[in-house]
Amino acid sequence: MSHAKYSVINTPVHNIDGVAKVTGRATYTFDVTLPGMLYGKILRSPHPHAKILNIDATRALELPGVKAVVTGKDTLGIKQGIWRRYEELCDEQILPLEKVRYIGEPVAAVAAVTEEIAEAALDLIDVDYEVLPAVFEPLEAIKKEAPTIHEGVERNVNVTRHIEWGDVDEAFEEADYIREDWFKCSGQHHMCMETRAAVSSFTPDGKLTVWTSTQSAYYHQALLAGVFGLRDGDVRVLAPYVGGGFGGKFEIDSAQFCSGVLSMKLHKPVKIVLTREEDFIASKRRTPMFYYVRTGIKKDGTFCARESRMFSNGGAYTGMGATALYLSGFFHSFPYKWRGYRYDGYRVYTNTMPSTSMRGFGAPQAMFCSEQQIDWICADLGLDPFEVRRKNGHTEGYEVPGQAFIASCGLEQCINEIEKWVKSKGKLPANRGIGISSCGFMSGGIFNWFDSPYSFSSAVVTINFDGTVELHVGCQDIGQGSNTTMAIIAAETLGVKIEDIKVHSGDTDHCPADLGAWGSRQTLMAGNAVKMACEDAKKQLLEFAYAEMGINIVYDLDIKDRWVHIVARPERGLPYGDLVKKALRGKDGQRIVGRGYYTPHRKGMISPAYSYMMQAVDAEIDPETGKIKIYEVMTAHDCGQPINPLGLIGQLEGAASMALGYAYLEDMPFEDGKMMNPNLVDYKVIKAPEMPKTDIIEIDTYEPEGPYGAKEAGEGLTNPTAAALGNAVFNAMGIQMKELPITPERILKALREKKEQEAQK
Amino acid sequence: MEKQLLRFKVNGDEYEVYINPKTLLAEVIRDHLGFTGTKRGCETVSCGACTVNVNGFSVKSCSVLAIQCQDMDVTTVEGLEKNGKLSPIQRAFLDNGSYQCGFCTPGMLMSSTAFLEELKGEVPTEEKIRESIEGNVCRCTGYNSIVRAIDAVAQGKYKEE
Ligand code: FES
Ligand code: FES
Repeated sequence: MSHAKYSVINTPVHNIDGVAKVTGRATYTFDVTLPGMLYGKILRSPHPHAKILNIDATRALELPGVKAVVTGKDTLGIKQGIWRRYEELCDEQILPLEKVRYIGEPVAAVAAVTEEIAEAALDLIDVDYEVLPAVFEPLEAIKKEAPTIHEGVERNVNVTRHIEWGDVDEAFEEADYIREDWFKCSGQHHMCMETRAAVSSFTPDGKLTVWTSTQSAYYHQALLAGVFGLRDGDVRVLAPYVGGGFGGKFEIDSAQFCSGVLSMKLHKPVKIVLTREEDFIASKRRTPMFYYVRTGIKKDGTFCARESRMFSNGGAYTGMGATALYLSGFFHSFPYKWRGYRYDGYRVYTNTMPSTSMRGFGAPQAMFCSEQQIDWICADLGLDPFEVRRKNGHTEGYEVPGQAFIASCGLEQCINEIEKWVKSKGKLPANRGIGISSCGFMSGGIFNWFDSPYSFSSAVVTINFDGTVELHVGCQDIGQGSNTTMAIIAAETLGVKIEDIKVHSGDTDHCPADLGAWGSRQTLMAGNAVKMACEDAKKQLLEFAYAEMGINIVYDLDIKDRWVHIVARPERGLPYGDLVKKALRGKDGQRIVGRGYYTPHRKGMISPAYSYMMQAVDAEIDPETGKIKIYEVMTAHDCGQPINPLGLIGQLEGAASMALGYAYLEDMPFEDGKMMNPNLVDYKVIKAPEMPKTDIIEIDTYEPEGPYGAKEAGEGLTNPTAAALGNAVFNAMGIQMKELPITPERILKALREKKEQEAQK
Repeated sequence: MEKQLLRFKVNGDEYEVYINPKTLLAEVIRDHLGFTGTKRGCETVSCGACTVNVNGFSVKSCSVLAIQCQDMDVTTVEGLEKNGKLSPIQRAFLDNGSYQCGFCTPGMLMSSTAFLEELKGEVPTEEKIRESIEGNVCRCTGYNSIVRAIDAVAQGKYKEE
């Protein structure tokens, strides 16, 4: 339960960057221009797997306006990766020296005085390739006879991950019923409206400044310093407004790397913005996964054991894929109590664009398989899907053996609310069904494969003479509204108004380091750091208040709505503005500065806290065409104490649109390693007319580890939707969808197969 | 190619620019005049991030040549506010949280503004509102908050200030 009445928390506010965004004042990396700036373009491999024999840029360099061409020879094939603690997983050369491993991989970059000239120069670079045999699917690439993509990597297995608890075999023996299924989950593109972009400026004093569209200015500072052989402190990364991230913008991309190399060669600013097509073929994507799922259950619906194997299409490089491999396996167990659980994940290299993290981080795939299979088992055994989920669901105080401790959990209430809602709908017309899915998600990962020497989150708060507040944070606002969330937490803690707070973020020179916006970490981790910094500053102010008011030390003082007062006698006090002025004099004119930081300790393997939810999707299927019409998405959600209610609704609706896209529209078909739909005509995202009604019921819980009881919201909401739609199709038509996306063709095929089976009977 | 003189109005002010006649309106607005509020999100005229209004009609500025706007009146997102006062749809976007990363927002605002003007006070159905922004892709919001904002303005809940 929420512990207190708040003045700012959970009250609707305009996002603090709202005016900038609705007036066109918000400038993005896409909008940055610097004096003397050059434009860069990247030549990309047309082959999925080929040796680079020679690159001849003579003709390109002769084109008037061309300033430089760089290749792997300039960067000596330096390898990079975000799993910095594991050298073998830092396997990506942007501008490779010897060979290319996917279509779209950069082979050379040009800087010229205009974008047109740079573009024209690409045609004048001659590259000799020796084409090598290529492999595109993980189940092929893992075979003995498959071509080797990285020297020394046997059977192209990039990373494996084993998770196990309990006696799995014994638990299976106790089961009355065992079901096995294979699933195929597709990739998905982040499709940020702002494509990957960077402006790099290297100056003769040896300092590099990079404006870029990033989810973590600190990661990019450290990664770019690493590849360019500079000290972290000599690289300044600035993230102006960021046009979306969704998990795709915290590794080094080709725009950042190539603009940096070119700028260091030329000592001039170089801007590279990927075209939509480049962004599609040569960034990264949600990891495609093959899942084998075997589940054992008792007649009464008690879960006994689960054993799963997963093969993911890793594409050409590791990136964040190793994390997705672990998280997928962990959340595949969610949100249930298994006596025995075993997961073996294999991330396999292929000659396709690399796969990585994307909103949900392996969990949407895991839930698509798990939550559908649970409904099928319920149908096989005549069990009630709500009852079975309630019976086996996580509860407060549960420990996922050796992995996680669940301090707050509103799953049961979520299930109850959705059950009520589904029942209220009564009998549905033919070909229409409601499907459900429950799940949970982490509130920030506790992993440090990046090997950051800094606290996971930090904040510095400074109070000016007039009472206004400068809040410096390293967390990154990519549109999810973290700056507003931090301002709300700061205003609540200091007892001031949100308009008193200015948030400074996205600048490594002026903001403390923070791992950034990924893994749903900012509300909890950066929120805790901000709260601690503000408590520190407030304590300093209250010391002066005690002296000023001359009150008995047994009384508690507090500040609320800019009023400093005795908690027991709120009318006795003084204005916050007056106190600040006096306090500064008492400090020899120094501004009040508070510091806060957060690094999780002894919080298990994954996360300090978990959100929970259940979602229902109401859909109709046209049996003639296989087309799906979605009427409504209803969600019951436990994210602890909501901080920014308007932002929360936005996260829910945004997650639903992205997850519905994943469920039935968005696909990335490849032919011989070539993506067949790298544009917004053929890559279908949800548009306004298809978007259904989306309502939410917030379940009131309090997370002890979160600031003011808050935890994750927004990323986890991407997880249940594909499964819920699959279950809706199952309930409407009696067909089992084992492959994503759920397209009309796949529905028609399943309907045909069902008919044939019935005819045989 | 020989440059040509383009004379047109942007956000109420007269501009004269010498341009290559093949230059897109989006480029002139952004690169020549510096109105970077207008965005680009694709090369296939399919995202709407570049939407502006030309003589009151909403137009994807990546799909027309600037020279076609000779003597015309162009409004970009920067032209929606008047003397520091936000337009009704801008205020409705703020109240409804109709933006997240904000990259699609200028285009969304321009499509909505043209739609609301065409209505001339008539209250549209939700379906009509959704159709009016069909050409604008938003990856963040899921559109429903944008639909609520347009609806609120169409219902007369926001007056010109
Ligand atoms: S830039 Fe996408 S429609 Fe104009
Ligand atoms: S707000 Fe990010 S694309 Fe619409």
